[in-house]
Amino acid sequence: MTTSTFSPNFSRRDLLKTGGTVIVSFAFGVRGAAQTASGPDATLGKPTDTTEVDSFLVVHADGSVMVYTGKVDLGTGLRIAIRQMAAEELELPVERVSLVEGDTALTPDQGSTGGSTGLTQGGVQVRRAAATAREAFRKLTPADLASGKHFDLKVDPKAPLKDPKTYRVVGQPALRPDVPLKATGRNTYVQDFSTPGMLHGRVIHPPAVGAKLLSVDEATIRAIPDVRVVRIKNFLGVVAKDEWAAIRAARELKATWGEGRTLPGSDGLDGYVRKGAVDRDEAVINRGNSATAMAGAAKTLAASYYWPNQSHGSLGPSCAVADVRDGSLTVWSSAQAPHNLRANLSKIFGVPAAKVRVVYMDGAGCYGGNGNDDAAADAVLLSKASGAPVRLQWMRQDEHALDPKGPQQLLDLRAGLDAQGNIAAWEAEMWVPMNKPGTRPLLSVDAAGMAQDHGQGAGLMTQNADPPYTAPNVRVVAHHLKDTPLRPSNLRAPGKIANVFGVEAFTDELAAAAGVDPVAYRLRGLKDQRAIDVIQRTSEMFGWKPRPASAPRPVQGGVQVGYGFAYARYKQAENYVAMAMEVAVNRATGKVTVRRVACAHDCGLIVNPNALRNQVEGLIVQTLSRTLHEEVKFDRTRVTSVDWATYPILRFPDVPAIEVALISRPELPLYGAGEAAAVTVPGALANAIFDATGARVRTAPFTPDRVKAALVAD
Amino acid sequence: MATYKFQLNGRAASAESWDPAQPLLYVLRNELGQHGPKFGCGLGQCGACTVLIDGKATRSCLTPVRQAAGKTITTIEGLGTPEKPDAVQAAFIAEQAAQCGYCTNGMVMTAKSLLAQNSKPTLEQVKQGMAGNLCRCGTHTRILRAVMRASGAAV
Repeated sequence: MTTSTFSPNFSRRDLLKTGGTVIVSFAFGVRGAAQTASGPDATLGKPTDTTEVDSFLVVHADGSVMVYTGKVDLGTGLRIAIRQMAAEELELPVERVSLVEGDTALTPDQGSTGGSTGLTQGGVQVRRAAATAREAFRKLTPADLASGKHFDLKVDPKAPLKDPKTYRVVGQPALRPDVPLKATGRNTYVQDFSTPGMLHGRVIHPPAVGAKLLSVDEATIRAIPDVRVVRIKNFLGVVAKDEWAAIRAARELKATWGEGRTLPGSDGLDGYVRKGAVDRDEAVINRGNSATAMAGAAKTLAASYYWPNQSHGSLGPSCAVADVRDGSLTVWSSAQAPHNLRANLSKIFGVPAAKVRVVYMDGAGCYGGNGNDDAAADAVLLSKASGAPVRLQWMRQDEHALDPKGPQQLLDLRAGLDAQGNIAAWEAEMWVPMNKPGTRPLLSVDAAGMAQDHGQGAGLMTQNADPPYTAPNVRVVAHHLKDTPLRPSNLRAPGKIANVFGVEAFTDELAAAAGVDPVAYRLRGLKDQRAIDVIQRTSEMFGWKPRPASAPRPVQGGVQVGYGFAYARYKQAENYVAMAMEVAVNRATGKVTVRRVACAHDCGLIVNPNALRNQVEGLIVQTLSRTLHEEVKFDRTRVTSVDWATYPILRFPDVPAIEVALISRPELPLYGAGEAAAVTVPGALANAIFDATGARVRTAPFTPDRVKAALVAD
Repeated sequence: MATYKFQLNGRAASAESWDPAQPLLYVLRNELGQHGPKFGCGLGQCGACTVLIDGKATRSCLTPVRQAAGKTITTIEGLGTPEKPDAVQAAFIAEQAAQCGYCTNGMVMTAKSLLAQNSKPTLEQVKQGMAGNLCRCGTHTRILRAVMRASGAAV
């Protein structure tokens, strides 16, 4: 494959007048279309260093601007929001700004698109580069204009940003450019991408984790046309010209496997975790003296909360296209961190980073580290072995069984109340997977016996286990466990959904013990006006009726209806979120129906209120699904939640009415909004179940059986 | 190799397949360039692969190509374009009813079929009619509004 389409072209430079702004124009000869061809980074010549304005912005001859960002739109609306942020500082209409995302050859490395950092890190960097460019335009002299140079400017960290009062683009509900394409079947996903000579690949995974491949009987697929078996130690795959042939071959190829690693099984996993070997204990927070305060408390309470393993559950199984040739490696992938994937593939396959290119393309929503990186390595192995570009897609059971999981979490909470019912002491103890340095191991790389990192991380799991309310004596301890049964990774709002579930449900228990209305109880422990505002706004929207410690609600037609509330400040440093819920609990079946949800959300500056609202609504529905339905089950050898029948998620008939209030604070910094509204969901739901029935559900998911058991125990 | 003929998006189309049991999904995507229908599960559980066969929403991942022969097939590409979307697609755009969009094909095609059978559904009827289609991003409320909007209901 030729790389000549990428020859750099720095020569073009024009002066243009557009909308009163003088613009320097130059081009690198690279446009989005070039992303469909293979080619190592080094041939492109476009700067990607995050300190250079030229890395982020290219102004075309017609005065339009191309923004380059290493952050990617995982379905969240970043694609329009970053354009709005750039357009605002450049004083251009948003239609004049285009975007290239996550191509390691063209875009700066701005880190993974995770932890709600798409706009707070990625967008803010782009904004500063745009502000630097705008200031440079203003200072241009005729001599500069004749000199034939491009920006050649460092991003000025002090370049003045526009006064939010003058914003014309940021804060507007600009429509997402991808939605018309998605609604008409024209959006090109990595699953839809093809390149000349491309073969289709499938991987045959062992039935038990880590099993050895003993033998393969290729005669079993002789009837299937144009298939080749690829076997590298314990890695087994097939490639074929026809996708259906690859699928059938993977299904019908007879392979014999040895025994794999033994798993503890998902039943009773909370007990297993509690007894797990600890690598280290970490005092996450140690404020005041919780032991003394607890001993002197008027009343003490304790409860344990448990959150299960969950799958990212991407609707489309992970997919990648790889082209390995001439000592270079090109991968098209919807991975959330293309630059990190490039570094990892470079290390694993021994190809210099400058000869590895990862091009981001849209995929099915990943919500964190799903199987995308594994699929990329699978595709590279198959392309290398077959000497052709290979499109590799996992099947449904691969994605469900083998995507790295949002890990289980166990949280013990204890509190001491003073005579007025205020929190005098708070102690939290959590059991979470330990972090190990390096990149998460990829399945096929281990199977092929190749060296790689065996790092472990599932995101910032230990945050938000302390109450956001006045509490003079707080101790939060994390037990970092040596072993975790399933390969963990970050899954949306990692750790914080489980922690806030515990904190907010336990706060409800404290309010009940103090005989105080749950909303009033929260308000009396808060001084931050932004916190108070989201709580009051939610209460008003919802029509919250204050009540002291409640008796169970009347049973009508076998159903009890209750109301629950939760509040959190995400990571104790970012978004303010309050949520109220109305639920109906069927006492006979244990089925919980969420009828309506109200949520007030404050993320500071709002870049695009429509896209933000879409995120908040989505977080509520997705987390209702995780809270009510989702648990990855496994036996002693393998995951048994392998499709949508064995891993059910929330469906349309169970979607509640949702009312969202976005509190806009344009004068304040923005916080990312891709996670925060998730964390208050399980607490509000558990508290509503308590209000309805008097029963506490402290283990997710809140399945009918579990709710029935809680009703009986109560 | 057998050849299978059908009407695709208003035109005569034919495709070859070595296996009469090959699901229509792969024929549409790999032989006929229709990338709208998506592979989600291959089990008929999620709806991402939905197309209309003789006007009825059908899971193309479970439909053998030989069964589709002689039928009239409509994919999402056959409804409209970004510039000229059909009424259901226009409603999805107006409501910004997508996040990752991987399920959107199935949502639009199922809604199309639903509205063809019941042009003025209630919200509850839409929820029941869409119950077999999964969305992982949680875009449900917007999808419901889009279907109601497409039916002419006030949203």
